[in-house]
Amino acid sequence: MLSSSDKSVAELNWAEVGDGFKQLLPISMFVVVFGVAFGLAAAQTGLDNSASLLMSALVFAGASQFGALDLWGAQVPVVPLIVTVFAINARHLLMGATLYPWLRELPAAKRYGVMMVISDANWAMSMQAFNSGKSGIGLILGGGLALWAAWVLGSWLGVYFGSEIQDPVSLGLDMVMGCFLLAMVIGGQKNLRMLVIWGVAAVSSLLAHRYLPENSHVVVGALAGGVLGAVWMEKKK
Amino acid sequence: MSIDSAGYGSFIIILIMALVTLVTRLGGVFVMSFVPINYRVQQFISAMSGSVLVALLAPLALNGDNGARLALLTTAVVMLLLKKPLPAIAAGVVMAAVFRHL
Repeated sequence: MLSSSDKSVAELNWAEVGDGFKQLLPISMFVVVFGVAFGLAAAQTGLDNSASLLMSALVFAGASQFGALDLWGAQVPVVPLIVTVFAINARHLLMGATLYPWLRELPAAKRYGVMMVISDANWAMSMQAFNSGKSGIGLILGGGLALWAAWVLGSWLGVYFGSEIQDPVSLGLDMVMGCFLLAMVIGGQKNLRMLVIWGVAAVSSLLAHRYLPENSHVVVGALAGGVLGAVWMEKKK
Repeated sequence: MSIDSAGYGSFIIILIMALVTLVTRLGGVFVMSFVPINYRVQQFISAMSGSVLVALLAPLALNGDNGARLALLTTAVVMLLLKKPLPAIAAGVVMAAVFRHL
């Protein structure tokens, strides 16, 4: 047993995983609704019910699954499929890189194990926890499992009952993830340096969105902000 | 090259998608394990972590309808005032719904 003083912020214990699961439950309720939207769209595209559910269970990345539906037909082109899925999910690479300073304290199996369920919401919550000196591993794994269960449940509901649900956009439900991520941004560190970095990220993202290939904007904006942060460093405390 | 989406074909397509997505989930951690983490790298990472979100949100705010913009604005204001995410998100979503019903 470790004493409380040398307890690492990157420990993995089951109580914390359960806690992370509970903390992500409210946002998971909304993920169920996205899942319904996906299940419905997949059914309308002509996927088998079992294929739709299998995709949600194994891929677990909503935006890229919608992207794949755009390519779906009697024949599905492999290279465009791979490029689309990779581009939409490339932000996961950045999430892994940002979590690495804490994850490296875990043994490799656990380090990669928890990353299997990384997603926008549990990443944002765990980064906030880590940055304020708390452990975020339980949030990644427990929260990820909550989000995964919600996504699969929602997809199942959408496949079987989706046609009964009214337009989610008119209910504002398309804005849940955007508002959640914005709340995470504003809840983070705020000072002049950070505001300038965010400004550069926003402008780069918008320029990439307009002039570069689809889905490159997240990576371009994030890297631009990151590079500025590496050049204009905070004074060491 | 294309895969027939009938029968087992859809299963193979889904496996390809799952594999590509897994590479993105594990790749960032894998690559970073070869990068020495000094102060500059830490600063890069912490600047990037906020920038990912900003880069994701900027086109949403610029290209979204007024309901979307109003939702984001409401969330920002409530978050600054209350510093609690759930009321801020709820307020934003409700605002989008109300605005779109006007």
